[in-house]
Amino acid sequence: MPEQISKETVVKVSRLARLSLSPDQAEKMTSQLAGMLEHFRDIDALDLSDVEPMTQPYPLKNVMRQDVEAKSLDRQEVLDQAPAAESGRFRVPPTIGFDV
Amino acid sequence: MQKLVEIVAGVTNGSFTASAVVEEHLGRIKARESEIHAFNLVTADQARETAAKIDDDVKAGKKVGALAGVPIALKDNMCTRGVETTCSSKILQGWKPPYDATVVTKLRQAGAVVVGKTNLDEFAMGSSTENSAFGPTKNPLDISRVPGGSSGGSAAAVSAGFAAASLGSDTGGSIRQPAALCGVVGVKPTYGTVSRYGLVAFASSLDQIGPFTSDVRDAATLLEVISGHDPMDSTSIPQSAPSLVSVLEHGVKGMRIGRVTDLPEGCEPDVLARLEAAFDALRKAGATIVDVKLPSLQYCLTAYYLIAPAEASSNLARYDGVRYGNRVEATDLNAMYAATREAGFGEEVKRRIMLGTYALSAGYYDAYYGKALKVRRLISDDFARAYKDVDTILTPTSPSTAFKFGSKTDNPLAMYLCDVFTIPTNLAGHPAMSVPFGVGADSMPVGIQVLATTMGEQAMFKVAAELERAS
Amino acid sequence: MSDDAVLPNGWQLVVGLEVHVELATKTKMFSASANRFGDEPNTNIDPVTLGLPGALPVLNKHAVELAMRIGLALNCKVQPCTFHRKNYFYPDLPKAYQITQYDHPLNIDGFLMLPGEVRIGIERAHLEEDTGKSTHFGGSSGRIHGSDYSLIDFNRAGVPLVEIVSRPDIRTSEQARQYVAELRAILLAVGASDAKMEEGSMRCDVNVSVHKPGTPFGTRCEIKNVNSIRAVGRAIDYEARRQVDLIEGGGTVRQETRHWDDASGRTETLRTKEDADDYRYFLEPDLVPLVPEQSWIDQVRAALPVLPAARRNALAELCGIDKDGESAFVVVERGQDDYVRQVVGNGGDPRRSVIYVQQAFAEQGATPKVPAKDLAALTILERDAKVTSTQAKTLLADLIEAGGGDVAAIAAKRGFEALDTGALEAMVDTAIAAEPGAWQKYCDGEEKALGALVGAIMKSSKGKADGKAVTAILQSKRQK
Ligand SMILES: [Mg+2]
Ligand SMILES: [Zn+2]
Repeated sequence: MPEQISKETVVKVSRLARLSLSPDQAEKMTSQLAGMLEHFRDIDALDLSDVEPMTQPYPLKNVMRQDVEAKSLDRQEVLDQAPAAESGRFRVPPTIGFDV
Repeated sequence: MQKLVEIVAGVTNGSFTASAVVEEHLGRIKARESEIHAFNLVTADQARETAAKIDDDVKAGKKVGALAGVPIALKDNMCTRGVETTCSSKILQGWKPPYDATVVTKLRQAGAVVVGKTNLDEFAMGSSTENSAFGPTKNPLDISRVPGGSSGGSAAAVSAGFAAASLGSDTGGSIRQPAALCGVVGVKPTYGTVSRYGLVAFASSLDQIGPFTSDVRDAATLLEVISGHDPMDSTSIPQSAPSLVSVLEHGVKGMRIGRVTDLPEGCEPDVLARLEAAFDALRKAGATIVDVKLPSLQYCLTAYYLIAPAEASSNLARYDGVRYGNRVEATDLNAMYAATREAGFGEEVKRRIMLGTYALSAGYYDAYYGKALKVRRLISDDFARAYKDVDTILTPTSPSTAFKFGSKTDNPLAMYLCDVFTIPTNLAGHPAMSVPFGVGADSMPVGIQVLATTMGEQAMFKVAAELERAS
Repeated sequence: MSDDAVLPNGWQLVVGLEVHVELATKTKMFSASANRFGDEPNTNIDPVTLGLPGALPVLNKHAVELAMRIGLALNCKVQPCTFHRKNYFYPDLPKAYQITQYDHPLNIDGFLMLPGEVRIGIERAHLEEDTGKSTHFGGSSGRIHGSDYSLIDFNRAGVPLVEIVSRPDIRTSEQARQYVAELRAILLAVGASDAKMEEGSMRCDVNVSVHKPGTPFGTRCEIKNVNSIRAVGRAIDYEARRQVDLIEGGGTVRQETRHWDDASGRTETLRTKEDADDYRYFLEPDLVPLVPEQSWIDQVRAALPVLPAARRNALAELCGIDKDGESAFVVVERGQDDYVRQVVGNGGDPRRSVIYVQQAFAEQGATPKVPAKDLAALTILERDAKVTSTQAKTLLADLIEAGGGDVAAIAAKRGFEALDTGALEAMVDTAIAAEPGAWQKYCDGEEKALGALVGAIMKSSKGKADGKAVTAILQSKRQK
């Protein structure tokens, strides 16, 4: 059973999720998450060793499509919806550092 | 107010026009929408155009669809080509999808008239519509109360007569709970029955689209139209949808109805009283009430609030300010991501993204997400055992009637408890629907939830129709 | 093997490769948008490709079949499998997750044989989707660091990939190069990919570590951006030396991702393990399991062509050449081994047939225009010394130019009658008389002197003399 969630963990998770939290927000988030996780401990007592995880409600398999091409979306219609575009492409700010 | 089936009949046989029907609904919108705020967008011009086209077709003697002239409202998390689709989030505000959701295509082909996009809790995360970035929707029956959520706008639109029917999405009760709180019928079909293609994902393994209507027959009619296999959705069940309208008059004689003996606590007594009244009515109509045990039901909330946020944290990662939606500019990429998502998402959405990211992250997966998937199996197994003995199960839809604004906003867990009766069926993938069945102590409507097993919609609708007759 | 590859002081190189190949499908892995290289940016896009809200993936059956071909050609077990989401933020990754295979990949536990019966284990070959393409602008280098902004094209996003992961069984940079070359040959043979490293449809990540035999493997570094077979060898040699120098200098190797810079011939740190992402893998809820039926697997296996190694063996046997040599490799890679077989079947000299094809048919493809019987005739003319090897080359060019023809007639038209032995002997005698100094040196065992004598004869015969025949006469005269 994991120990109580720490503010450091919350900050790390927020970075993973690309949500910047102010120190105050991180504090509040930590206590809210801790409260929920505490509540969620009700399942810790269950013996689940022989239980198959259930990931989907309906047991389908082998759903495939034929390799047949369909029309592309209109580039202009799509780029009109983009926050920034240039030369038929989407524009983004530069990546700093080595995080590629 | 006209029923959906009456509108289709009248428009098709020419006793009145689709245009007249649309104007009548637009008039009601004009009169009360500023007070209710059911819609993020009213598409009046498009609706008039569509209605005129149907009227032309009728005049020309052309065949019209099964929903000809029916004003329908769509939850604003279903993609409509060229028409703003926001999920009630600032991050998507202004976004016009370049494609239609499969359900939208089906509605258009059937001759339905889309009157607007309805308000919701941001990205369908909530039970009161208070989490909308564009302000809450009011319950048309008492505007000091919430309409429920997350499909609060769709429930209110039908309840207020703004549309003859609407579509919502249900991940943990988001159709059934607002239906109960607004006094209308709401159906969550079997997972895989209605295509999710074009439904903005919240939790992919739980989300289903379903109808809101003012009665059971309308719900059956609309569900028949939107159901069916869609090759664009890999989780769509490759079977044709069962006929529902044809079973409504069958009655419940000989049917076995489950009463859950270990129902989670916290339900208001007047709501429980209505549940007993429902059992009485069904017994009177010839059904047998059978006690069933669902011991894992108590763990549903935990399983759900780990699984749904986990999937959501991944589904909502695409809102990064690159391809669509809104961006907050910054000097480098990661700063842009963080600023965009910080400004674009509301509190509840951030909370669930955080919870889900945490539940999936290295070192915590097995303790949280992995365990929740196993609990999901336990719940499914519980149901499987119960359905050996019964055809349907009855529970309250919501532990309470519509509550006052702000009464649960400070405590996320209290809000989560609103879904305690609706969540289990999403985890199991089963169908369930809410039918209005009298009122509570506050004179607000009480909804009774009818549950059935996978593809058990016919049994469910038989019972729902019987309850409607008895109410 | 280059000198760099030999590590000092008994250090042993350990290499594993992860090779990504784009599959030769018409459409993307999970949508009907076109899989085509070189189109205008963002013209092969659809809701799935762009990760639009509400879009859902549907698996491309042909991509699965091509992946099965790869797996079966690499002796893998094809098994029931699932898809996971690998979550990370990057602007060319539209959904902010890549759909890939995690704990249950389609193909597992195979192997690939290198020359000299060296067996390289294949851990897995799994299906996944490609990302879009970022281009960096501004700044000085046009590289990512220091750029002002980037532009993104999503045409490549969602293109089906198979990632082939070898076991760390490779011990020299030469083996690594052979592995990539052999893998590429197999991919081409089974039609799974066009495997163009220069266009990025085949991309190599190289895991390099060093250790002393008998001790555990060292910490490995993953090298990205290794875009040619030659670069695979160079990058490994550089990186192995770097690691050995680091360790011998008292340092330790950090687990990190490094970037190969082909221009400078160096690897450099891209990111270290500490800032590695936590990918939060979980089962993709929008897809269902893939359980290939045995009948489907059998069908795909039965339809596999003869693989390059077997074809090289057969060709080598037919032509009397080295099965691991350049000729066999090149001719089979071009798919011209069947043609060589036809030439030999038409009476062609086996060895000459394969050499001609290797040397002159690079542009011809699997079905050269020169009729097999014409090439066969040419090999016979040369074998029987009716024309010299120089003349044969000219005639071969004539055949290619004209798309075939009567070789004897062309030779006659060009005046290529070979000199008879009597005439040759007379010319040799004349040359010895004319160059007595050179002849004396040659007789004293100075082989270099031979050149002057042969040159003189070739000149006086106006190229009609066959160099080999002349040399043979000179040798026999010296022995007398
Ligand atoms: Mg890899
Ligand atoms: Zn990969």
